[in-house]
Amino acid sequence: MSPGEILQICLYICLLVAATATFGPWMARVLTGETTFLDFFLKPVERAVYRISGIDPEIEMNWKQYARAVLAFNFFGFVLVLLLMLFQGILPFNPAKLPNVPFPLALNTAISFMTNTNWQAYSGEAAMSYLTQMAGLGVQNFLSAATGVGVMLALIRGFVRREASELGNFWVDLVRSTLYILLPLSFALALVLVSQGVVQTFSSYVTATTLAGQEQIIPLGPAASQIAIKQLGTNGGGFFGVNSAHPFENPTPLSNFLEMFVILCIPAALTATYGKMVGSMRQGWTIFAAMMIVFLMTLGGMLWAEYATNPVFGTGALMEGKEMRLGVANSVLWGDVTTLASNGSVNAMHSSLSSLAGGIAILNMLLGEVIFGGVGSGLYGMLMFVLLTVFLAGLMVGRTPEYLGKKIEAFDIQMAMTAVLLPSACVLILTALGCFTEAGRASIANPGPHGLSEILYAFASMTNNNGSAFSGLNATTNFYTLSGSLAMLVGRFGVILPVLAIAGNMVTKKVTPASAGTFPTDGGLFVVLLVAVVLIVGALTFFPALSLGPILEHLLVLSGRIF
Amino acid sequence: MKIILQSIRLLFVLTVLTGILYPLVVTFFAHVAWSEKAEGSLIIANKRAVGSELLAQKTEDNRYFWPRPSAADYATIASGASNLGPSSTALKKAVEERTQKWREANELSAETPVPSDIQFASGSGLDPHISPLAAAQQIQRVAAARNLSLENRAKLTTLVKDSVEGPQWQIFGESRVNVLKLNLAMDRLLFSPQPQ
Repeated sequence: MSPGEILQICLYICLLVAATATFGPWMARVLTGETTFLDFFLKPVERAVYRISGIDPEIEMNWKQYARAVLAFNFFGFVLVLLLMLFQGILPFNPAKLPNVPFPLALNTAISFMTNTNWQAYSGEAAMSYLTQMAGLGVQNFLSAATGVGVMLALIRGFVRREASELGNFWVDLVRSTLYILLPLSFALALVLVSQGVVQTFSSYVTATTLAGQEQIIPLGPAASQIAIKQLGTNGGGFFGVNSAHPFENPTPLSNFLEMFVILCIPAALTATYGKMVGSMRQGWTIFAAMMIVFLMTLGGMLWAEYATNPVFGTGALMEGKEMRLGVANSVLWGDVTTLASNGSVNAMHSSLSSLAGGIAILNMLLGEVIFGGVGSGLYGMLMFVLLTVFLAGLMVGRTPEYLGKKIEAFDIQMAMTAVLLPSACVLILTALGCFTEAGRASIANPGPHGLSEILYAFASMTNNNGSAFSGLNATTNFYTLSGSLAMLVGRFGVILPVLAIAGNMVTKKVTPASAGTFPTDGGLFVVLLVAVVLIVGALTFFPALSLGPILEHLLVLSGRIF
Repeated sequence: MKIILQSIRLLFVLTVLTGILYPLVVTFFAHVAWSEKAEGSLIIANKRAVGSELLAQKTEDNRYFWPRPSAADYATIASGASNLGPSSTALKKAVEERTQKWREANELSAETPVPSDIQFASGSGLDPHISPLAAAQQIQRVAAARNLSLENRAKLTTLVKDSVEGPQWQIFGESRVNVLKLNLAMDRLLFSPQPQ
């Protein structure tokens, strides 16, 4: 690695810490309804939104009402996207005259964008009209992220409030996180991206005559506005098929750095938001530290694996699937960040990464997208691991486990285990199904252990709502679109519902003051325990599958065996 | 029932805000400030689009510099990568063929190292850039195909050197050469020489 590459990575990490320290507490103010400088413009808009929607922002919801609101809102969002795709051929803003999307693909895509997965079994420039991209997929980019923030806020209120039943108002959480956080940031980022060369237009595709005298159709579209939110909202669904490897989606090294930075910006800063809301910044920084440690470990591992010599090619840092302007280090950093954060956008093709770098990308997703993770969903997922850690620590010292003064009881642990195990079981069962059926194996592009990695990657990605892929795998078949739809639903709502149930149970409890026997949940010891629990759960569940895929491939490549 | 109505109405309002107004406002400001970039950074010659400076073009003409290999043969609808893995026989074979073809076309010895960006296909299939070394290795071929005089050969070498873009803001990304911009600059340089 060159000094320049190391400098870029250091800069990335420093900016991430700075953003957490400053932007995190600011988001806490917005999300608890305090006034900010944005109120002058946005308060009237917010009021109008409530008025038109018939919403009283003062009325609070208990956990069941909150869950019903989440489900209903997501369901109708799904229906809208589905309809836009099924009928895009006769709807406006379709200058390239793209036909209606076939039903299985439309179903898969609608669920994918509703669940913040953004798995794409299509190429945008060849399949989706401008209207579908903007009013369907683009909207879900905002709303799925805002849904994650809402569920996270409900859980935080469950910890903070005492002997209550209400967890807040989902509509307010949704609207405020969209209006005050996601929209302004997306707007600013979209314009910066245009300044770098990202396209943003409603013009039809242009036909150019190249220097060699051939025709070249140049795809265009309102891309910058959608790319900004796809990065910020940990969505990851590219406007173009090859995502942020496409020069129109990610034209310069600066656009690359910014797109890469905002993937982690909100999820990381939300740890400080959490600290502020529970009244102890140390609690937030403890979680941040645990996430940062795993981030640095996986990044180090991926860089080492990618720069190590591949004996088959006699060199390391292969440029296959990577872009010249971005180089190897930026491709690996993005690959690590995007798989940790449930973003799933890519600037290089993960299938062509070295065996172990690709394997770490899979492991990142299999950890449950809790290392920074998705917007909102990363933090509430990590809090499930926090509860498990507190529980394990309680078992070790022989005392009733407590977190933030609240006793952790059997029901809470059952729900936390459900949220952790349900997606894991889903990944393993569907991967096994993919390996055992002709329909599953027929889609494999690379023979040998890499083929297993393709299937494992697909279900790890869809279940954990990541959305990136070893894209050699043909995911447009009915087997993958339908099983994948199921995986994405389980991975999203199989976690959201237990989380809300815990919030509903926690909020009724009283707070017992900390005593000398209370196990501290901030500080270095807890960080170490938390990291260990996350890694052990991930490793124990998935080590066999990973050793048959990427690890075996690595060993075979070392001995010169290829397929 | 109330929740259902509220969901539908809120979805409608937020769709208008984030799905219609937001992209329209971004498009407006984008065109005020950077309209050429928002429209695809097109290169226009004689009122016709020659291409986009951000997208590679297929060319096998010896008189022009060549871009990186593309697994999708430079298709734009849709573009794509090989997705071949690190244990792929197909990838090994492709790399060997490309390396050999490159050495033959550019009259390089069998020992000359060929840059990685030429051996391996890009992620987008439309990578507009090559490494500075990949550009330098092509000068000989291009100059020969154009029967350049010694003076013009020197000019071309200087042009290639000047076409190298360093890391953005001295920090971000890699040194690279934009192939289409280099080819167009070369045509301008050689067909309408500036008076000395």
